[in-house]
Amino acid sequence: MTQANRLKGGQIDRDTTLNFTFNGRNMQGHPGDTLASALLANGQRLVGRSFKYHRPRGILTAGSEEPNALVQLRTGAHLEPNTRATMAELYDGLTATSQNHRGSLEFDLMAVADLLSPFLSAGFYYKTFMWPKSFWEKVYEPAIRKSAGLGSLSMLEDPDIYDKGFLHCDLLIIGAGPAGLSAALTAGRAGARVILADEDFATGGRLNAETMDVDGMAGADWAAQVVAELNTMDNVHLMTRTTVYGAYDHGIYGALERCTDHLATSGGKPRQILWRIYSRRAVLAAGATERPIAFGNNDRPGIMLAGAVRTYVNRFGVTPGHELAVFTNNDDGWRSAADLAAKGVSVKAIIDTRDAPAVMDVPGARHIRNAAVVNTVGRKGLRSITLTDDQVIDVDCLAVSGGWSPNLHLTCHQRGRPVWDEGLCAFVPGRDLPPGMAVAGAANGAMTLATALSEGRDMANAQIKELGFKASRKAAPKAEDEPQECAAFWHVRQSKSRAWLDLQNDVTVKDVKQSYREGFRSVEHLKRYTTLGMATDQGKTANIPALAIMAECTGKSIPETGTTIFRPPYTPIPLGALGGRARGKDFRPTRLTPSHEWAKNNGATFVEVGNWLRAQWFARPGEQGWRDSVDREVVMTRRSVGICDVTTLGKIDIQGRDAAEFLNKVYANAFGKLAVGKVRYGLMLREDGICYDDGTAARLSDNHFVMTTTTANAVLVFRRLEFARQCLWPDMDVHLISTTDGWAQFAVAGPNARNLLRKIVDANHDISNEAFPFMACGEISVCGGTPARLFRISFSGELAYEVAVPARYGNAMMGVLMQAGKEFDAVPYGTEALGVMRIEKGHAAGNELNGQTTALNLGLGGMVSKKKDSIGSILSERPEMNREDAIRLVGFQPVNKADKLTAGAHFINRGDAANMANDQGWMTSVAYSPNLGHSIGLGFIKQGHTRKGEIVRAVSPIHGTEVEVEIVPAHFIDPEGERLRV
Amino acid sequence: MRYSAFKIFTQGLTGNKGWKPVWREPEPKPEYDIVIVGGGGHGLSTAYYLAKEYGLRNIAVVEKGWIGSGNVGRNTTIIRSNYLLPGNQPFYELSMKLWENLEQDFNYNAMVSQRSILNLYHSDAQRDAFVRRANGMILSGADAEIAGADQLRAELPFLDYDNARFPIKGGLFQRRGGTVRHDAVAWGYARGADSRGVDILQNCEVTGFDIENGVCRGVETSSGAIRARKVAVCVAGSSGRVMAQAGMRLPIETHVLQAFVTEGLKPVLPGVITFGAGHFYVSQSDKGGLVFGGDIDGYNSYAQRGNLPVVEDVAEGGMAIMPMIGRARLLRSWGGVMDMSMDGSPFIDKTHIDGLYFNGGWCYGGFKATPASGYCYAHLLAKDVPHPVATEMRLDRFQTGHMIDEKGQGNQPNLH
Amino acid sequence: MIINHPLLGPRDAAEFVYLGDACLIDRPDWQAEDAAGKFHEYGYLRDNPAGLHQELWYHEQGDRSWLVVTRDTLTHAISKVELARDVARARGRGS
Repeated sequence: MTQANRLKGGQIDRDTTLNFTFNGRNMQGHPGDTLASALLANGQRLVGRSFKYHRPRGILTAGSEEPNALVQLRTGAHLEPNTRATMAELYDGLTATSQNHRGSLEFDLMAVADLLSPFLSAGFYYKTFMWPKSFWEKVYEPAIRKSAGLGSLSMLEDPDIYDKGFLHCDLLIIGAGPAGLSAALTAGRAGARVILADEDFATGGRLNAETMDVDGMAGADWAAQVVAELNTMDNVHLMTRTTVYGAYDHGIYGALERCTDHLATSGGKPRQILWRIYSRRAVLAAGATERPIAFGNNDRPGIMLAGAVRTYVNRFGVTPGHELAVFTNNDDGWRSAADLAAKGVSVKAIIDTRDAPAVMDVPGARHIRNAAVVNTVGRKGLRSITLTDDQVIDVDCLAVSGGWSPNLHLTCHQRGRPVWDEGLCAFVPGRDLPPGMAVAGAANGAMTLATALSEGRDMANAQIKELGFKASRKAAPKAEDEPQECAAFWHVRQSKSRAWLDLQNDVTVKDVKQSYREGFRSVEHLKRYTTLGMATDQGKTANIPALAIMAECTGKSIPETGTTIFRPPYTPIPLGALGGRARGKDFRPTRLTPSHEWAKNNGATFVEVGNWLRAQWFARPGEQGWRDSVDREVVMTRRSVGICDVTTLGKIDIQGRDAAEFLNKVYANAFGKLAVGKVRYGLMLREDGICYDDGTAARLSDNHFVMTTTTANAVLVFRRLEFARQCLWPDMDVHLISTTDGWAQFAVAGPNARNLLRKIVDANHDISNEAFPFMACGEISVCGGTPARLFRISFSGELAYEVAVPARYGNAMMGVLMQAGKEFDAVPYGTEALGVMRIEKGHAAGNELNGQTTALNLGLGGMVSKKKDSIGSILSERPEMNREDAIRLVGFQPVNKADKLTAGAHFINRGDAANMANDQGWMTSVAYSPNLGHSIGLGFIKQGHTRKGEIVRAVSPIHGTEVEVEIVPAHFIDPEGERLRV
Repeated sequence: MRYSAFKIFTQGLTGNKGWKPVWREPEPKPEYDIVIVGGGGHGLSTAYYLAKEYGLRNIAVVEKGWIGSGNVGRNTTIIRSNYLLPGNQPFYELSMKLWENLEQDFNYNAMVSQRSILNLYHSDAQRDAFVRRANGMILSGADAEIAGADQLRAELPFLDYDNARFPIKGGLFQRRGGTVRHDAVAWGYARGADSRGVDILQNCEVTGFDIENGVCRGVETSSGAIRARKVAVCVAGSSGRVMAQAGMRLPIETHVLQAFVTEGLKPVLPGVITFGAGHFYVSQSDKGGLVFGGDIDGYNSYAQRGNLPVVEDVAEGGMAIMPMIGRARLLRSWGGVMDMSMDGSPFIDKTHIDGLYFNGGWCYGGFKATPASGYCYAHLLAKDVPHPVATEMRLDRFQTGHMIDEKGQGNQPNLH
Repeated sequence: MIINHPLLGPRDAAEFVYLGDACLIDRPDWQAEDAAGKFHEYGYLRDNPAGLHQELWYHEQGDRSWLVVTRDTLTHAISKVELARDVARARGRGS
């Protein structure tokens, strides 16, 4: 196929030909083309189908406001649905397919919807599909879902990578059209750090699409010259293919740079980069968007915005048709006619809604004044138009201009409201701009080239002056003020056929009128009821004409009827880019314990505990499953000795004259009198009296404590302690530092724990039971002088120590401990064995300390001292938290020892029906105890402390199980705690 | 006007010119039995149930903007009753049952779509908590199902099972959960209330309460004073501002929650999926957009807009759990203001001022509660005693220590 | 958002953790008459203003200072940033 619609000129590289396919058909284009311009060059007018009625659609615009020409780009895992052909840069090998049709694009079976359109008017679905009741989910909804939607996802993992970055500047300029370039030149020359960003791959904005001169040269040439100068400035960062999509607080802007979308493959480089731009000031110079006029069957392929037609002709050297007409309510539409005629394209008529003389001379074109287009013919491509006076003109392209609306979207991102400008027939930015932002050029309603250039300069000067830079006195570039008169004209009343407003979502003038009739009269109701402006183009071309028609219905002015404001993003942003590198294994950072390497080499299976990876168990050859390993680790620890890396527990170093008093404040139990060289268990409450965390505090000297926290709360407890220190008791002499990562810590537990440690603790430290009894602590050395800390504390209930060494020795320490333990058959144990042993001992952990339970519930009520001020003590006394029938933590064992217990089972008294009214509590944690040879559990049950020996049912309807259990003390092993003290 | 397929047919043949306003635009009367402050989902459903269940019709709903302009107009549309605590679960289950019969009840298709909700779990502790919750749900008459990783792999093959930072171990399904067309809920209730005589007064802002000697006798509005025997405030998101006019401080902070929708896509997701290890929940609307959200921004705000860190955090959660959505594009984002309460649960209660009632504190879970909230508030307003499923939703529960803290986060609103 | 840290200069709000109303500094005396009522009010009731709000932010990814930030909840504009310790002392808190 030849490029039959190519004209001379344009900013394309004709020396290079790019091959691409559309729906499998081979076509050619050139560098500098978009997919849309290349499709038009190849005479492809039908490009897609609309959302609701599946109407044939072509290309309406030449920019990011495109509602119609959406395609699926690329194939396989690279498939990119809903891609605007007008924004997709052409590359060799590009593959595009049309979307949202069943059967071929030309013969879409779903187009039957168009025939049924009288019954599918605004909101029809709210009024039907209700009978019979079950049919909604089974029949109607699936059918609606399938016919709705637009493009498809590949369902494969996105194969590209995305980056994120941060940029800082004095002045961010959004848009590299005439106003933006003028602003950048001004600020750049003044020495300000400037970022100039534009969504297009070419700089120059409308200058590329126009035939106007600046400073005596062609606009595009002037733009190229400015860019060349800007590129010589180190303080100016020019970013093309970069959409500034959102204005956030305090001068932070979100921007998306498309790095490789214009290439056949990303070549391993990031496809896109999501930038956060920190600006001191900003100039929005985003230009304006042309509006269509609504008339009968105004949605046909071949009906385009006049400015877009001009863009295709001038910038891309493509004519969208061979016999054209222009339909306009303003002077600007005439320029499209003039430019077409200048390129030798036949312009048959200029239909102007105004009863006014010709704006300019257009050779060969009839000027039909005070007229309008009422209807069109040509289902898959425009063939003719019919005017208000019934005359029919055969054309294959109609260029429509309903005036231009400033692209003020970013001015609304902080809830700023635009104001109506009667002369422009458009909303312009209001006064409540995001702080630091100024608006210049067409985005500010300065619609002529000369005013855009001067406003760009003036706004940049004003902005940098506030930052202390010297304003430039150099005059703005010179250009002519082209005619820009516009008369309000929104839709052709005489049209009897449907007249489209929102082309993608198929919202017509009739829908707006029906919306009014049914009471959906506020702009937001209108949008929600009709789906106006909810499509991928977010109503960039549709909203204002629709608002005007609603105003007509209500008899009020447009500003009285309402405004629409805009929220981020300006154009849609791929989720992959927003997610960046935080996916897969890199979703969150991974923290490794000091002995990770040792564990990996010794058969460990790891488990995620918050951001940590911890050894869960260490499988040995011949073991059939995890239970074998865990049972062995538990049995061997209780029989001889086991070693576990407990580094993940939070460690907080607390020093200062008031350290003890500080601990008194933050722990519910008393710490003031803890002797040096001793450790105490501590219970921490939230201020609301609920248990927050538990751990230990070891007193290494009068003014020096080491606190441990649970793994999960390490960061949170530290934060709370800092709050207490800085905000509640600012004059206390106490200092905190987190040392969680500084010390590797190992539990050495079991009857042989001391024997093992004796082999590595340096001989000058006496760790005999007498010298170093249960709950002792001290600073020692190991392995011939390595500094260490030793704590005689036990989570397992065995004779146990925790030994800490500087983290860099952690991996070696694990090896040393295991080596020393060889003669005792020492085992490493993981979190599972740790869990089994703590359940055997009735220690509360995360499942019990779940943020909902009190000390009373946990059986620790006695620990909350009433004799001192501590966080949570007052509110813990509230009556509902101290009810007689409160739940209590107790142990459970199956009546039939072979029964397995289930965490999450609820307790129901014997004889009661199993329902929530009879709920007695729930099982929090269960384990198989290899020492007892049966399943055991911990759980909360009402008044559990008075019910020892009672048998209740543990029901788990989710599993369909029910087990009789006996309420027992929570200490299954060594209830007297003798083993700890030997 | 009763809606039906036949009506659509006959209207279609006559150019759709015979449709009538879905609600009237009446002038305010000087006095009503009950004035409901707030024309959002909860206010409108309260009016509807007062009229329908209790025959009270001399009622006005006053709304400062357009009805449904609050959080019922912008949310992620999820309905579910998968709550843990006895203070909540029966209430949300009542709501679910009302959803299930809503369309036939008010003759408006709000597209209640019970396509299921799934909460993923990633650890044994999370599984244990979900099992406890699931059992509680079943024991109170709701439905629940625990699925292992294998079952999920078969049902939802597009989740990341093999390379996830937090591997998917399974999930809690509530098959009756799903989504609803949120705006239609407000419109359906408005229509049902209006047709029973309730006056819906849009663009009528309450500027003060008429309180004398501890008795509330009406409201001051931008359209003049309106007297009422009972004033029922129902303005979640703005509760702090409105109740300050009655001199009340509340156990509520106002925060911003962002929500997001992508461009339309052919069907991808069967139901609602919630990824708890990240901050991400998602469903697909009937139009094809992926509707998703995450955590609140985390700072007090009435600005109705959020910031980038949360946008990116939510997208990271999405990409982590279903990396096939990378090429779907975020189309719109919005920020709503939420009443974040001190325990994450709401209030439906009388105040210490006679004749002044309060409904609020819905955090970011108020949408699913819309029917039950209105139903129970109507019960309280009509009978002056709480509905049996809403007895714990009291304003004084922090004084007594009877918190309803599903997440166990305590008195820090931005953590709920 | 950007918080102008009194010691470190402007920092991205993402480096901070938010707690809530700076009234949390004013923890009641545990031995006060009606301590229960006062702690209830302290723990649970908030002004929640639509406008200027003094609030606590913690520079967790930084120097671990708690700050009192005065910020408008309608516009997010920040008008003042102080060290919480200074504010606490000014409000009469000691040890």
